[in-house]
Amino acid sequence: MSPFTGKTLEDKQPGVALSGDYWRPDGRPDPLGESGRQGIGAPLSRIDGAQKVTGGARFAGEFRFDGMLYAALAYSTIANGRIVGIDTRVAESMEGVALVMTHENAPRLNTPPVFLRSPDGAAGDDHPVMQNERVHWNGQPVALVLAETQEQADAAAESIHVAYATESAMTDFEMAKTQAHEPDNVLGGPAEIRVGDADAAFETATHRIDATYTTPRHNHNAIEPHAVTLAWEGEGGNETLRIHDASQCVDLAVASLAEVFGIDASRIHITSPFVGGGFGGKTLWQHQILAAAAAKLAGRPVRMSLTRKGVYRVVGGRACTEQRVALGADDQGRLTALIHSGIAAMTRHNNLPEPFTQATKCLYGADNIRLAIEVADMHMLANTFMRAPGESVGTFALESALDELAEQLGMDPIELRKRNEPERDPTSGLPFSSRHLLEAARAGAERFGWSERASQPGSRREGEWRIGLGCATATYPYMRMPGAAARITLDAEGATVAIAAHEMGMGTATVQTQVAAARLGLPVERIRFRYGDSLLTGRVLAGGSQQTAAIGGAVIAAQRALVDELLGLVDADSPLAGLSPAQVECRDEGLGVVGDDSRFETYRQILARAERAELVAEADAADSEELANWSMHSFGTIFCEVGVSEVTGEIRVRRLLGSFDCGRILNAKTAASQFRGGMIMGLGLALMEETLFDSRSGRIMNPSLADYHVPVQMDVPEIEVMWTDIPDPHTPMGAHGIGEIGITGVGAAVANAIYNACGKRVRDLPITLDKVM
Amino acid sequence: MRAFDYHQAVDSGQAVEQAVRRDGAKYLGGGTNLVDLMRETVERPEMLIDVTALSRDIDETDAGGLMIGAGVTNAAVAGDARVRLRYPLLSRAILTGASAQIRNMATVGGNLLQRTRCAYFYDVAASCNKREPGAGCDAREGFNRYHAILGASSSCVATHPSDMCVALAALDARVHLLGPEGERELAFNDLHREPGERPELETELRPEELITAVELPPLPMAVRSEYRKVRDRASYAFALVSVASMVELDSNTEDETIADVRLALGGVATKPWRAWQAEAVLRGQPATEETLAAAADAELAVAEPLSGNAFKIELARRVMIAELSQRIVDARKGGES
Repeated sequence: MSPFTGKTLEDKQPGVALSGDYWRPDGRPDPLGESGRQGIGAPLSRIDGAQKVTGGARFAGEFRFDGMLYAALAYSTIANGRIVGIDTRVAESMEGVALVMTHENAPRLNTPPVFLRSPDGAAGDDHPVMQNERVHWNGQPVALVLAETQEQADAAAESIHVAYATESAMTDFEMAKTQAHEPDNVLGGPAEIRVGDADAAFETATHRIDATYTTPRHNHNAIEPHAVTLAWEGEGGNETLRIHDASQCVDLAVASLAEVFGIDASRIHITSPFVGGGFGGKTLWQHQILAAAAAKLAGRPVRMSLTRKGVYRVVGGRACTEQRVALGADDQGRLTALIHSGIAAMTRHNNLPEPFTQATKCLYGADNIRLAIEVADMHMLANTFMRAPGESVGTFALESALDELAEQLGMDPIELRKRNEPERDPTSGLPFSSRHLLEAARAGAERFGWSERASQPGSRREGEWRIGLGCATATYPYMRMPGAAARITLDAEGATVAIAAHEMGMGTATVQTQVAAARLGLPVERIRFRYGDSLLTGRVLAGGSQQTAAIGGAVIAAQRALVDELLGLVDADSPLAGLSPAQVECRDEGLGVVGDDSRFETYRQILARAERAELVAEADAADSEELANWSMHSFGTIFCEVGVSEVTGEIRVRRLLGSFDCGRILNAKTAASQFRGGMIMGLGLALMEETLFDSRSGRIMNPSLADYHVPVQMDVPEIEVMWTDIPDPHTPMGAHGIGEIGITGVGAAVANAIYNACGKRVRDLPITLDKVM
Repeated sequence: MRAFDYHQAVDSGQAVEQAVRRDGAKYLGGGTNLVDLMRETVERPEMLIDVTALSRDIDETDAGGLMIGAGVTNAAVAGDARVRLRYPLLSRAILTGASAQIRNMATVGGNLLQRTRCAYFYDVAASCNKREPGAGCDAREGFNRYHAILGASSSCVATHPSDMCVALAALDARVHLLGPEGERELAFNDLHREPGERPELETELRPEELITAVELPPLPMAVRSEYRKVRDRASYAFALVSVASMVELDSNTEDETIADVRLALGGVATKPWRAWQAEAVLRGQPATEETLAAAADAELAVAEPLSGNAFKIELARRVMIAELSQRIVDARKGGES
């Protein structure tokens, strides 16, 4: 029995040697990726679960400052034009009102830097915030009220009358499309990618599918509406801005706000301990800037909690798209041509052409490929990242088209995909770091009972319900963005791992505690994971499904630094004297020699001998070289069974299964929850989510959860998830982030199942009953 | 929402008195619709007179029906054993609506007077003749998937959103009222108005009149009544089309004929829609597919589609036929037992 862990010898875990060079072609995989590692993959319950369900977890809109005022916004009702008059007299005279801020009295602010355009950019667009009379979208904040209570602020904001000089606005996508143009970049890459001559190959192909798919706008509906509580603290000229935000990018937000307010970033401090869902929407929008500006003007702290409607007016969503997929194939189903092109709505003030061809870059080994994205400029709130931007709607088009081709060829849809499985990335030419899509598809098909699918649509019925099965491929890239760094503090109690990362409900705090415990050879109870604070080290975006790997890479570097420090502390009497980092490993709450159980010392012993209360090590993550060496993606296959009513066209999803290949799964419980959550969001995308954007006014007409439909409990069947659990040898922990892949492929899997049920091919989302009946 | 006064009425007479005394007063039921509308500033009452404490009983009537107090919650009506046994479609209709939490708050009186969920009515930035007479109608050329194909006018195409009211329309319910001039009764089917040129006038209620009760007359065939609601998700959505139906067969004749029928539609009309035309076609006719189709066609002959809701004509037709067919099957089984 170990005196340190209480475990018997049988439970004894292998030590964790330093992980160094997983990113190199000849590098060694991170030992934490090996199967059978203690803790890794275990279904540990959320460490903050009790806090959350008992109300102990405080969210941004629940913090308070002494003397705090409440904010409410008034929003524009035109899409383009000028404010020619704002009547705020009634509002100013109302009880409890402390300030009415408009462009006429707002403090002068710099234009916010835009996400993905500026290195410090966290903002959704580059419009000046309440700095002039211009209106750029229907719903833009035009006035802000601060009052002693939220009710007083709301009532005063409603009393504000604004007169506009309206100018013509491009609010009709059909019209905007006629002036579509190529954007200067798509996620930093080219808007068009060509391999061979896809158009020529398509013309001469034996079998051809050429179809247009359309997807609507979507809005963010995280369960926690955006909120911020903030105060300018300290005296004249040297004030600091203290912000409780709901954020998935605390450091970027600090950098952006520093630029907006023209102050040093060291004078802004953002914390965000709990976030009630991010999905790409919890970045920097006007509400945080306006709240800080108003607090400055009023000289008092401010809380701004957006209403649900306010979120629709101020926070961007997913852009609508019109996509063409043209597939050419030979008799064996081998793709000779793959064309995926189309148009997405965008504004001239942001930098996210909805990247719907992303998944198509890596999925199929067609001989000739052409991918092209154009954008249609519109007067609307800037579109933004929303769970798997690009892949979610792009896989709807691509994977529907594959199903149509399979039908034309009389081939099983999974067989068709198998015949087009590429050996290397078809557009970059790089080898895949880890691709086990076919294994995932095979295992999923077996579990789901895919072989029972009737190839003839409309073959199966139960009463008025026609039953069908469908499948589609899911995929999302692996990423590890630069900037991550971590600090490990070791003391007698255990280790504190600190990094400016985020917990938005996906389980980061839990999983990273598990990982740190395994890496340092400590029990999870002895790990404290600190995050969600801009004062912590590193810059980690909780986005692009990259946070897990980013934190992992940073902790690997910090572990190395820590071991260096520890070895520097040991003296000649220590059994570890004279060793180099390569010779040791972390195990049993201490450091030991690889392959020699007798040479070992606990962290406590090392610290005690050196008379040190604590030891701090900090390091930057290694550069993401792995992304230059391999094509790195997660994969999966979604299986779906639907019933379609012959009478009404109503669609009921009866079964849903996701079989994923996402490297090593770090926590079976939180992973399953993330996969399921993504798949439920995919059901919403398939069947009901749609922002009603009035093409006459540019106004969103369903800004509420009553009118903007997401799946309710009764729409969601039992969902099964499974995974290959094959580690990617070239990533930290062998893992991939899994926050987004769950939503991909679901739209097409549902559409394909509907076709199999009733023979109706719907290429326009959402698939409502009128399109089927 | 702007500030308002609140008064809790102790009895119906006092509630009406208070309403007469105070300009801009409104009766408050569960508040599940009115308070929403106040938040959106569509409704701006000076005072709310809370009538939820009044008439919270469901009583037998001498005629053999039920008298449901206006303050009874939707949940209580749906769960009442007598309602479930004798008027099951009313229970079903209520349970297809809203959420458990809302049904626990919402009252019968309030449900009758709930207002359309037309997006342009709800958004004070839009043009709406119902909200602002003469302003125009943004729904006619806008998003009108949820709008009416029956009973609409050039000034308004908004649907009445209630499920419960569709059941009441089928049941020939009566509405009991108390106003400054005293008590009176209205047939439920005469309570709501079609919009015509005055979409802001939604009912035949006189100023300050308070709904005190809804009376269900005895109706034996209602034992086999049903409510089917078709919508955009499995729960928590307004009807695209809903059908309340019950059928009595006459098996004594040579051909089995439809002795009596009640049919009402929701989600398709500007008021809870009793399908009088269809019923007229069905009564006394053979219980065949042809009769059912002819009845549905007769009801929908005057249906007028908008840009986004033409599918509702075919959907309403199909659901009417399917539901009547099922009621006939049920009636045959009922006859055998």
